[in-house]
Amino acid sequence: MSRLPSAHPFDLLPPAERNYFERFGNGLVVVLPAQRPGPSEWGRGGPPHGGAWIHLGGDGKARAFTGKVEVGQGTRTALSLLVAEELHLPLSSVELTMGDTDVCPWDMGTFGSRSMPDAAQHLRLTGAATRVFLLEIAAAQLEASPGDIELLDGQARVKGAAGSRSIGYGELVKDLQRIELVPPSTEPTPPSQWTRAGHPAQDLGSREVVTGTRQYTSDLHPPGLLYGKVLFPPAHGSKLLGVDLSRARALPGVTAVQEEDFVGVAAPDPATAQAAMKALRAEWQTTAQPSEKEIVDYLRRHPTEGEDSWDVLHYETGNVADAFAASPVSLQATYTTAYIAHVPLETHAVLASWNGDRLTVALGSQTPFRARHAIAEALGLPESSVRVMVPPTGAGFGGKHADELAVGAARLARASGHPVRIVYSREEEFTQAYFRPMSVVDIRSAADKDGRLTAWEFHNVNGGSAAARLPYRVAHQKIDNQPTDSPLPQGPYRALAATANNFARESHLDELAARVHADPVEYRLRHLADDRLAAVLRAVVQRAQWVPRTSPVGPTGRPDGKGQGIAVGLEKGGRVATFAEVHVGPDRRLEILRMVTGIECGAIVHPSNLQNQVAGGAVMALGGALFEAIHFENGRILNPKLSEYPVPRFHDVPPIDVVLLDRPDLPSQGAGETPLIAVAPALANAIYDATGRRLRSLPLVPDGTVP
Amino acid sequence: MSPEQASTLPRAPVSLRVNGADHPISLERDRSLLNVLREELGLTGTKYGCGEGECGACKVLVDGVAVRSCITPVGEAIGRSITTIEGLAHGDRLHPVQQAFIDVGAFQCGFCTPGMILAAVSLLARNSRPTEGEIRAAMDGNICRCGGYLRIVEAIQKVAQSPSLADGGTP
Repeated sequence: MSRLPSAHPFDLLPPAERNYFERFGNGLVVVLPAQRPGPSEWGRGGPPHGGAWIHLGGDGKARAFTGKVEVGQGTRTALSLLVAEELHLPLSSVELTMGDTDVCPWDMGTFGSRSMPDAAQHLRLTGAATRVFLLEIAAAQLEASPGDIELLDGQARVKGAAGSRSIGYGELVKDLQRIELVPPSTEPTPPSQWTRAGHPAQDLGSREVVTGTRQYTSDLHPPGLLYGKVLFPPAHGSKLLGVDLSRARALPGVTAVQEEDFVGVAAPDPATAQAAMKALRAEWQTTAQPSEKEIVDYLRRHPTEGEDSWDVLHYETGNVADAFAASPVSLQATYTTAYIAHVPLETHAVLASWNGDRLTVALGSQTPFRARHAIAEALGLPESSVRVMVPPTGAGFGGKHADELAVGAARLARASGHPVRIVYSREEEFTQAYFRPMSVVDIRSAADKDGRLTAWEFHNVNGGSAAARLPYRVAHQKIDNQPTDSPLPQGPYRALAATANNFARESHLDELAARVHADPVEYRLRHLADDRLAAVLRAVVQRAQWVPRTSPVGPTGRPDGKGQGIAVGLEKGGRVATFAEVHVGPDRRLEILRMVTGIECGAIVHPSNLQNQVAGGAVMALGGALFEAIHFENGRILNPKLSEYPVPRFHDVPPIDVVLLDRPDLPSQGAGETPLIAVAPALANAIYDATGRRLRSLPLVPDGTVP
Repeated sequence: MSPEQASTLPRAPVSLRVNGADHPISLERDRSLLNVLREELGLTGTKYGCGEGECGACKVLVDGVAVRSCITPVGEAIGRSITTIEGLAHGDRLHPVQQAFIDVGAFQCGFCTPGMILAAVSLLARNSRPTEGEIRAAMDGNICRCGGYLRIVEAIQKVAQSPSLADGGTP
């Protein structure tokens, strides 16, 4: 094996040339090779991936590596459990490294709920293969056949032989420097046989969290640290004409940089950095931007091609026009969702440090490999000269794609010769991050004389296509979406388009059920084309003790002001149903009495964490459903503070009963996004039941009262 | 508002009592307590979340009462006893609220957790048997964006119901 500089990123070398043993000591390394087809091949055989690897060392520990990152969604523990499962090791003997571009497999990014279907599957395969190699090694040393060896809690011994010698994994591999590839025939342990995964487990790193010793990116403070700040435009749509750095540079210890579009300063203390920002003299050209009050019309009038062809859905079956003409019942309505902000409690943070020609960037990011590429390209470096690491991160929700911030910190660190840390203020977080896109959804539907759905036309403007397809049986369908030239920056968000599309569809289905005097649950079950989703719906209405709607909702709702609502959804391979019961009193104030939400996402890996994701996702969804909205005028964000942009608090959260349906016979799917998508329509449907008022725009009750 | 507040006042030598130890530091008296704890003393368990006292991530105990360190001028804390999350455990023995957060799994990204725990300790010190409504009201100034509120309530209830805490859970 050739000796290479210890800093060369593993993913840029063939497996045999990576210095695993120099870095981690002797042992057995098993590698699942990468699959990186071009973007045009995406969707065939799944998205591209960088594989996985496991190093089993002389200390008996399994070091597993994945390019996915942990930003609070709990995958570190879940993935570690799966490695522990395959290797028959205690959880404490597994060390999982995530998202470190020097030693982890390449990964496109942690989004789209792919950690379970992809990274988990890759680590299971790699773990299973490691186990097979370990059995062979143990068999040789114990003079038995591999089939007679059993592995238990890090020890290998001959099965059934009472008092037989056992050897620790570390002892078995301590003299090896062996690299193997995962054989194609490898089969991971089926979930029905799991003894660690799928069972209660404590989250890794808990003690560091509760003692305040977990170091997030914003907590890192190396010697010689400078505090960086970035000059941002006064409004979206502004262009920098020129900037005078001289007054800032005259301040003690200040570095000021203008490179391409980036202008920033770095200073030895926060107050000086602040003063240096004030000393910058920048000239901006602003152009008029559309404002909130005209946004729906603006989006409709500014269609674009879309950035990627797979952003755009055009689905058609049957003959929609003929079906509408032939159907006695039809309904048409438009549903909108506002731009909203991610508001991770830890704002965007980066620390950039140079060591000679090599740059290390600690970054709160969901896309470390993309950041590495962006930094290398912007600074004219080979990718092998850049290392991006992702320390514990104070949440992401799809909003931590921080390439530009990382490039800026690297520029300031290069110019100053010091490590530079940039942490966004809350106001910067609100004004400089991108938002969840606004959606405008037009739906037209038709039913026959028995109320059966006959035709469905669905058109999303600006918001995207996720979960737009129907989980219901309808013979004639036309479903599409139209990208637009959004005036505000928009991007990934936890359950982004699925929230908007599910809100529109499940609200509309409720309206149609009311029109044909059907019970909302019975109406859904009558049309559902997905047995798994129907099973979740049945489980939720049973737990919630749904009262079938035997009479139509009157124009003023129920006399007692109480209403119940239901909604379902299918997204990212998971199935969800949410029930809400609300009360609207004479003062029109909305009170959520209780919610039940159920999910089925295949085999459950980490039940406690899944419960957290489902309940937490429902709480996050409450904010967007009830009151969160970014207000903007002429390119400026009008409410860039937590005092002006409320997010859910203790007093907003009703009792939430979580129903988990385990399916050990099905592959595990992600559950970070799906639990959000049925919350808003369940609430809108419950409000309708309580009051007779149909609300078709999110947020539903910005001031807490039903209009 | 930014995480770091500028000041034009001259530096004056003062002593700050944090986690049982006196820290002589030279600082501007109107700097925020948060800024001093994090940037001067390296006590980064106290978090910046908003800089305007809305989120509670920066809460510390001042004479046993939870305060928002981001809007507390450090001058107001001089001569008083400050406890940060790093000073809550007794050696290896976690405070019961810390232990309950672990047992219940009452965090996700963990960034709000130090502020949550100190707010809970402050509540239990003045009301060792809070009702669920009292817990929600007392904790309403702390934001968990991951949405873990129900488990946080559960963790606090767990401590409030434990006999060992009957006579108060002050650090």
